[in-house]
Amino acid sequence: MMIAHVGNVETWATIITVAATAVAGDVLTAGAMRSIGDLDDIRAQSGLVGAIKAVVSSPMFLLGVLCMAGSFFSLLFTLSNVDLSLAAPASASLTFMGNAFAAKLFLKENVDRRRWLAAIFVCAGVALLAK
Amino acid sequence: MKHTLTPQRWLILIAVMLTASIGDTLLSHGMAQVGPVSMAHLGLLLSAMRNLWVVGGILCLLGFFASYLTALSWADLTFVLPSTAFGYVVVALLSKFWLHEQISIYRWLGIILIVCGVGFVANGPARTEHPGAEMDPLA
Repeated sequence: MMIAHVGNVETWATIITVAATAVAGDVLTAGAMRSIGDLDDIRAQSGLVGAIKAVVSSPMFLLGVLCMAGSFFSLLFTLSNVDLSLAAPASASLTFMGNAFAAKLFLKENVDRRRWLAAIFVCAGVALLAK
Repeated sequence: MKHTLTPQRWLILIAVMLTASIGDTLLSHGMAQVGPVSMAHLGLLLSAMRNLWVVGGILCLLGFFASYLTALSWADLTFVLPSTAFGYVVVALLSKFWLHEQISIYRWLGIILIVCGVGFVANGPARTEHPGAEMDPLA
């Protein structure tokens, strides 16, 4: 089923908005989860409630969730105008590229050749998805 | 670091992948019923919450969030995201066979490239052992 299409610029503007807010949300929550520690261990020690408490009491996590909520509503907006098979992989792949840069920059993750190669493949994939 | 993920951790990565793609598909189906949302009628987004498909999609995405956070607590962000990108294939199949969207040969090729990219990452270590360690200049 084809959904009524908006202009190309607006399509990509909404997709990029979804990706940008998602990157901010991902990096913030990933940073928060790293500082909290292994959730499996926490759950083993203080139960599910303890694990949930540890997560939701982190301000960085809450800020990340705010960004994710923004991303979610822009995704809803995008999905009402753009085909799922374009919108979902395109925004997710752009998110992935942005995350590779942001993870190296902010989280100091070792984004090695293997991970950059993956990023390049995903980007080429996105270019093809948009055809 | 050796690539050592326990079966339970693989299950969590699979849950991240499946719940995300199924949730997106449910949302798309629901939003197609709600109709196009324009900037002038953003209130329609709130009434979309009464659509059962949208609610189902949100529940799936909640499950996604729980498993995603668990994965992030023991793996790098740049490991978790691409490792779960196999979900694109699930989305493509769901879009084609359930939502009956047309998937061109280019989109299929794109999906294959993404899956290859995922393969590179999935073969590597899940976690950066020494944050801030010297980076490979070619990386």
